[in-house]
Amino acid sequence: MTSALFYDRLQFAVTATFHYLFPQLTMGLAALLLYLKSRAYWSHDAHYDEAAHFWTKIFALSFAFGVVTGIPLEFQFGMNWARFSTFAGGVIGQTLAMEGVFAFFLESTFLGVLLFGKKRLGPFVHWIAAVMLFLGSWLSGLFILATNSWMQHPVAYAVDDDGAVHVTSLWGLLTNPWLVWQFTHTMTAAVVTGSFVMAAVGAYYLLSGVHVDFAKTFLRTGVVAAAIASFLLLFPTGHHAALQVFEHQPIKGAAFEGHFYTESGADLLIFGQPNMDTLTIDNPLVAPQMLSFIIHKHFDAEIKGLTDFPREDWPDTMPLLYYTYHIMVGLGSIFIPLMLTAVVLLWRGRLFQARWMLWTIMLMVPFPYIATTAGWMTAELGRQPWLVYGLYRTADGNSPLVGSGNVLFSLLGFLGLYLLLGLLFLFLFFQIVSRGPGAPDGPHFVSRRMA
Amino acid sequence: MSNEILWFVIVVTVFAVYAILDGFIFGAGIIYPFVARTDAERELVLKAIGPVWKGNEVWLVAGGGLLFLAFPKAFAAGFSGFYLALNLVLWSLILRGMSIALRAQLHHSLWRDFWDAIFAAASLLLAVVFGAALGNIIRGVPLTSDGQFFAALWTTFTPGPQPGILDWFTILMGVLTVAIFTVHGANYLIVKTDEAIHNRASRIADVGVRSVILLAMVAIPTVPSVQPFLWHRYDAHPVGLVLPLTAVVALITALYGRRRRWDGAVFFSWILFILGTLGSAAWGLFPNLLIATEDPTYSLTIYNSAASAYGLRVGLVWFSIGISLVIAYTVWVYLSFRGKVERVLFEEGYE
Repeated sequence: MTSALFYDRLQFAVTATFHYLFPQLTMGLAALLLYLKSRAYWSHDAHYDEAAHFWTKIFALSFAFGVVTGIPLEFQFGMNWARFSTFAGGVIGQTLAMEGVFAFFLESTFLGVLLFGKKRLGPFVHWIAAVMLFLGSWLSGLFILATNSWMQHPVAYAVDDDGAVHVTSLWGLLTNPWLVWQFTHTMTAAVVTGSFVMAAVGAYYLLSGVHVDFAKTFLRTGVVAAAIASFLLLFPTGHHAALQVFEHQPIKGAAFEGHFYTESGADLLIFGQPNMDTLTIDNPLVAPQMLSFIIHKHFDAEIKGLTDFPREDWPDTMPLLYYTYHIMVGLGSIFIPLMLTAVVLLWRGRLFQARWMLWTIMLMVPFPYIATTAGWMTAELGRQPWLVYGLYRTADGNSPLVGSGNVLFSLLGFLGLYLLLGLLFLFLFFQIVSRGPGAPDGPHFVSRRMA
Repeated sequence: MSNEILWFVIVVTVFAVYAILDGFIFGAGIIYPFVARTDAERELVLKAIGPVWKGNEVWLVAGGGLLFLAFPKAFAAGFSGFYLALNLVLWSLILRGMSIALRAQLHHSLWRDFWDAIFAAASLLLAVVFGAALGNIIRGVPLTSDGQFFAALWTTFTPGPQPGILDWFTILMGVLTVAIFTVHGANYLIVKTDEAIHNRASRIADVGVRSVILLAMVAIPTVPSVQPFLWHRYDAHPVGLVLPLTAVVALITALYGRRRRWDGAVFFSWILFILGTLGSAAWGLFPNLLIATEDPTYSLTIYNSAASAYGLRVGLVWFSIGISLVIAYTVWVYLSFRGKVERVLFEEGYE
């Protein structure tokens, strides 16, 4: 377990997981910001403008962390995965370069305009900047997910004489059927994160009795968006994402459901621990025949089990994959009733007095992050042992001449740096929140006169 | 012109634009402790770069992506071969970005002193490493027959068949790059500020230009012994001499303009100087992307490391559209925010 390959994988997992804590918030907030900015522009209501400005500051903080932690991911394709990059550069080079040119430029340029340009450029241009910011951040997601979709479900490629692949149709690459559900599911999850954070900040203000007007706007916007997005996360996006796994990646599906043996009328496993010695589930809690029903709309349908496939094609971290999938689904199933209750309370005019609900909304804020991270781990651990599903094995992909000592060196460096970054983000996030919306800009924490 | 050549030009150009755009931010960072002494002055310097640094850094991401698209084998070999140096680049870029973004968040002198020091140190390190990286590309790397290599950070500090990332030549290139970016950053601050910072930056620029000339006069004569290929290439295709000539003319213009205090013209002359210098290196290396130090037949060229013909062709189509849009709105933003920072109405600090 101390080979270069192991550290290469761990480093990509650590850096990608940490990075994605930031884009999921910015992509979700980009949609909510566009809503707030549009209301401000069409109704000439300064309240919504100030609300949008407050969230632009949070967006900017998260975006800055996203930018600096994103560059290592692109570089790692070459640095740690040289053989894979040589193999697949003719395909995924396209989508990664498109992300830079079409999306990343747009997002970073118009964030600057949104932050600095209101007085200088007028309200219309400022609203356009919010549109561009939304477009840039969602396009960025689209191109990155097109890259990942190709690794999950390779399409539109041909193999060269030297064994490398090249793209045969850019259109085919960008309209990969896998991408449809992966993109909608991932972006909906980003909206869930963004709206949970917005609602939680609103709940915090209302419970503390400060910024009450803003608190109500944040709660209304956050709760309604979260309820809609949580539902869409399950159906249709999550359901179809799972269906295409069972259709094209049956081993992954069997592994994350903890389904070891092929059977008709397969049970849906809700709780239990995979036992890798006996290939059974300890302490199982099941919904009878439900797995067959969900996947094939038929209670007696056959679902292939892991043992029907060669062991070397199983995901090499099957129990972890099983847990991350169940964490994702479990949390998603809690989000829906929670946010529907909140919407009902809002509709009956009782949400702002229901302190138990405000407390719950405030304390729920880490869970969309955990659910999203678990979701990505499901997708990526489940792709193993393949780097490109069915086409190219992970074990063949890393850089041949970068030794385990060097990878451990960089991994430790990233761990230290990212621990610092994580603490800084939380600290600064709480700074912005405690300063509050509508307050004059600039730091409020003055220790002594500066020279 | 073949698509491989077009893509060589595109990739070199995008990295050159990155050098220009992030170069003045590195330069501003290197001279930051000296040109800006009080907290208000430091805020002003950061306000001058606050709205643009993230957009500038995107050019590096785009350059990496385009190299990956067009020449995947060179991307894979180069990035894994310079593994250790690139990790230093990544960590420094993270710290540099954080220092710009986070300094203003707290009004505490220890907090600000800490990020000031990080900003200056990370900028200096990045300039040295990027300069040394160019030095490595000129000198060549120990590519093996399977098109891969791994460069140690240093070996004997001399160029040879098994060189390290740092040897006397690449360190010299690193120092030269520091000097070039220092002048570039000073020129930017001269344009963007008034009074104290403007005056201090002017003095730094004057000294800096002389250091650049001196260092270039030391470095350039060593190139034929370090990598004779570049000299042969100019011998065979002397039309390329127009590139170094452009650099020299731009340098003289910058010198002359400094004396006349044509601040804007000096800034743009220096950009032309950087473009001319990088263009000269690119002309000398062409068609190589990475020259092999042990056996020239192992070198990675634009032909043996290119992506498929279809990939290059379809890439050209979308890239032409995409980059036109980028240039259009980038120019628009720069024009919208032109002028001295004191006079620009900011609604808040740089975030």
